[in-house]
Amino acid sequence: MTPNHLIVAPVLLPLATAALMLLLGEGRRSMKAVVNVGSAVVGLGIAIALLTSVDAQQAPAAFGIYLPGNWPVPFGIVLVADRLSALMCVLAGSVGLASLVYALARWQHAGVYFHVLFQLQLMGLYGAFLTADLFNLFVFFEVLLAASYGLLLHGGGLQRVKAGLHYIAINLLASLLFLIGVAVLYGVTGTLNMADIAVKLPHVPASDRGLLHAGAAILAMAFLAKAAIWPLSSWLPPAYTAASAPTAAVFAILTKVGAYAVLRLWTLCFPASAGASAWFGGEVLVWGGLVTLAFGSVGMLASQQVARLASFSIIASSGTLMAAIGFGVPALVSGALVYLASSTLAGCALFLLVELLERSRQVEVGPQQMDDGNVALRGFLDAEPPASTNLDDDEEALVGRAIPAALAFLGLSFTACALVVAGLPPLAGFVAKLAMLTALLDIRSTAAWALFAGLILSGLFAATALVRVGIRHFWTTHDHPAPRLRVVESLPIAALLAATFMIVVQGDALLGYARATADALHDPQRYIEAVTNARPQPLATIGTP
Amino acid sequence: MEIVISVSIGVLASAGVWLVLRPRTFQVLIGLSLLSYAVNLFIFTVGSLAIAAEPIVKPGLAANLTNYSDPLPQSLVLTAIVIGFATTALFLVVLLALRGLSGGDHVDGQEEQP
Repeated sequence: MTPNHLIVAPVLLPLATAALMLLLGEGRRSMKAVVNVGSAVVGLGIAIALLTSVDAQQAPAAFGIYLPGNWPVPFGIVLVADRLSALMCVLAGSVGLASLVYALARWQHAGVYFHVLFQLQLMGLYGAFLTADLFNLFVFFEVLLAASYGLLLHGGGLQRVKAGLHYIAINLLASLLFLIGVAVLYGVTGTLNMADIAVKLPHVPASDRGLLHAGAAILAMAFLAKAAIWPLSSWLPPAYTAASAPTAAVFAILTKVGAYAVLRLWTLCFPASAGASAWFGGEVLVWGGLVTLAFGSVGMLASQQVARLASFSIIASSGTLMAAIGFGVPALVSGALVYLASSTLAGCALFLLVELLERSRQVEVGPQQMDDGNVALRGFLDAEPPASTNLDDDEEALVGRAIPAALAFLGLSFTACALVVAGLPPLAGFVAKLAMLTALLDIRSTAAWALFAGLILSGLFAATALVRVGIRHFWTTHDHPAPRLRVVESLPIAALLAATFMIVVQGDALLGYARATADALHDPQRYIEAVTNARPQPLATIGTP
Repeated sequence: MEIVISVSIGVLASAGVWLVLRPRTFQVLIGLSLLSYAVNLFIFTVGSLAIAAEPIVKPGLAANLTNYSDPLPQSLVLTAIVIGFATTALFLVVLLALRGLSGGDHVDGQEEQP
């Protein structure tokens, strides 16, 4: 049986592309742009191919295993593509491609190494989703973080550098916690392979169980800080608000990396069958997620800047995910996975839209200019219309005033984004929330009712906050000319929103896929068997053409 | 030896935490470095401490941790050092950029108002 080299391709392709673009030097922007977009398209194609390949195989064989060093399983690094990894890879690829295309319009000119950093960011994301080795996960976390530090600073300016310093400090501390957690787990179990850890955990003696729980909790702290769970979330709004639009759009998936790591490791290591450690820390995930959801929702209402509002919507979606994961119920997790997909795509589109909205308010805006955050919303009633506006019934009726196409596009996209983020029908957010609410009705515990209320109330809060922004930008009268949109800037937004629309049209298929993913996650024996049964290639077959 | 290692990890970590919480960027940088030293030493110790034990298996000696030292934590430490070094260097660059842009060395870019 030949190994499936497709599994390692999403890691190697961005690495090779980044190296190639470094060799191209500081100039040749258009060539780099072509190479970068080409590589991102191929990467997304590979991710989709992986998704269809793991979806086509029926359980329990829905795992693609790849041994990069051809070492036997517990000793060498293993890459595993299962349904969850493939879904995350497709999301990373889509978000990456959309942000990249958007950046072609102007942001790629703001710095020399934008394209290189962008590919390394994609490499870290794909690697973190595909690896099945704890320390390798740390390395890929560092790759994606290192690239994100560079991307966050892209464009320069005091705001970005200040937010970047905080972001780097927080993430360095989280990485140190990650290392401590990995070291303790290694000390207790003597292995770093995730499946092997899961095999050894039930046999940990009672005297070491406290140490094991401490190690797992410290490791979880690193992931929860990455997922921006309250109170570890205060770094997110300043960083995402200060970041350039395409960077913030890619960052929409970075918090989901933390959620992915928790979902993967927690369901693998502490399932119901884990005896004394069964569902260790589940309560913390549920209540932490609920508080985060509340914090994010209130933050959305309190935000004056649209970018800040979008940042808080990311926090709220992160909280929803974590609370839903913490119940350990497959039906709820499958709804949460659909929610993950829709909220990532909508969050990315929202961050891209924010810059277009801001630009439509200021006429000559350059990449360096930013809202300084001190401008409060004007009250709707005392906002004076410009002198040229015809509001007077005595003069003539307001009829036949054409809405410029660009403004119409912005308005429609914003409405669609708001519907998805708030989880209102008929778009994708509603499908996901409905699936989660239905599952919650069957759980019947205090925490379940709290999440039920939280989901509905957060939708109300998000809708209120977004409607306010919409009125401010589209319904109040403005003095300035209609914004000019470029095709490369509006295309990715339209594509992302079309993707959320496809989630609704293909809702049944996607929910089925999410259900299969959740079932596989909550039956970790399948994953463990698939990984431990992988055998390296016989030496004779290596090197033959 | 366990006491010496534990105390040194503890001192490094506590000094690191204290420095990270200081308002000056350079103190934060040194604090992060001290913390990463503490973590590196800690990773080193999970492979069990032994004097003059090699990680190479010799014939006649059972392959367990009483006769040998565990090579894996050492390689983990090596990776952690390299990554920590690179990110600390990056932090230093951002620190200098913030100093240039804000004219001060406060982590928030401006002094706290009394």
